[in-house]
Amino acid sequence: MEKKDVPQDEGIYGQWHGVCYATDENEKYVLTRSSGWEPANTANRQAWEVIELEIAKISEKVKKGEISPIAYHMAKNLMDVKMLAKYTGLPRWRVKRHLKPQAFRRINHALLERYAKVFNIPVEELVRGA
Amino acid sequence: MKTWAWRGSASQANFMPEQPIKTGFIHRQSAHCESGATSNLLRNCGLDISEALVFGIGSGLFFGYFPFIKIQNQPLITFRNAPGRILKNTAKRLGVRIESFKFKNPEKAMDALDDMLSKGIHVGLQAGVYWLPYFPPPLRFHFNAHTLVAYGMDGNDYLISDPVFDEPVICPRKDLMKARFAEGTFAPKGKMYYLAEIPKKINLPLAITKGIKETCRVMIKTPLPLIGVRGIRFLAKRIKEWPKKYGKRKASLYLGHIIRMQEEIGTGGGGFRLMYAAFLQEAADILKENHLSDMSKRMTGIGDKWREFALFGARICKGRSLDGDNYETLGNIMLDCAEAEYLLYKDLLEVIR
Repeated sequence: MEKKDVPQDEGIYGQWHGVCYATDENEKYVLTRSSGWEPANTANRQAWEVIELEIAKISEKVKKGEISPIAYHMAKNLMDVKMLAKYTGLPRWRVKRHLKPQAFRRINHALLERYAKVFNIPVEELVRGA
Repeated sequence: MKTWAWRGSASQANFMPEQPIKTGFIHRQSAHCESGATSNLLRNCGLDISEALVFGIGSGLFFGYFPFIKIQNQPLITFRNAPGRILKNTAKRLGVRIESFKFKNPEKAMDALDDMLSKGIHVGLQAGVYWLPYFPPPLRFHFNAHTLVAYGMDGNDYLISDPVFDEPVICPRKDLMKARFAEGTFAPKGKMYYLAEIPKKINLPLAITKGIKETCRVMIKTPLPLIGVRGIRFLAKRIKEWPKKYGKRKASLYLGHIIRMQEEIGTGGGGFRLMYAAFLQEAADILKENHLSDMSKRMTGIGDKWREFALFGARICKGRSLDGDNYETLGNIMLDCAEAEYLLYKDLLEVIR
């Protein structure tokens, strides 16, 4: 890649830049700042679309009362049961159980706080759900 | 002196290195986090070694396709060696001694970091990017093998030199603590390290030769079908079957994943191949070996070929593929990359012998 061809397609870096290795007019390698590259932006957007679709699906289910708000926050934080169990320090089967609305209603405050802390939100927001 | 529950060598109770107290830190933006952090740490200790050199000496170039390891529900595809290896290899080959620690208790891990910083030591940290507030939101996935350098404190905030960012950044204590104890694949467990001893004299040519040799060996001589050039060939053949096997939607997602691993923040373009070309160019100067300049040019060509793969691939993902952009063509581009790389590593081994 030559320096003049280093792409500057804004998309994922926001205020920041990435660095590309490119050659200058003397074929010497120089670090060149780049605001992004369209193919990388496309791939990144595609990955987020999948995640957003999944979150929307779960959000619907929470509204219908089919699944607990924890499922929503878990999806929003790109976690799965295994990861959430690690973060909360709970066994997986308990996290799985807390995804059911009936079990969620019986969780005590201390445990709710533990979940809320993992998601970086206040307990009220956790209970409110989607 | 605080007592910590670190899992390091017990003889290192007093790990104050003979570094002068420094307040500032020379931050140089790099393409990749681990090689960049290593290069920046070395530079701040007076050893001016570029990111590309670190990447080459640390044998960073790699290819691996591990469908059985999942990150964010996607198979692990990597263009670089395992996290931590670049630092380890570089340190070993330059004769730099590194002290590194892991922790069980987050509070103790932060206290230990504070203690180091108060002594003016620059500390390398492994962190999960998901919890780092300064990261642009589109890049905040649960990727836990990110590397950054903490070089000071400002009240409750840490002064961070994150190698892939334009400038040094600031990170609040609670966020950094979370990032250091991120969970999932490559969980950092509070890993922190610093350069404890820099040798007065280093043998750069020997370090470079060793680095190149390991890379070539791993890439063409690993007897496993998922690693090195064989891994590239394997994935290339798989790609051709994707549309039939998984359908259009899923195939596009998998393809997008390869492009992300290859081009998203941190590779310098072309899945590290262009960075390696820059390394070979520097190596040619240091070793006074003209053949290496030719190799560098060939590697540039290979990196550009990988870029072509990403370009065509993204068009397919977008559903705007032109005539001839299909998975068959894509697979063939990747096979071309594999063949060109195979020949290059073979010739490199001859040159470096």
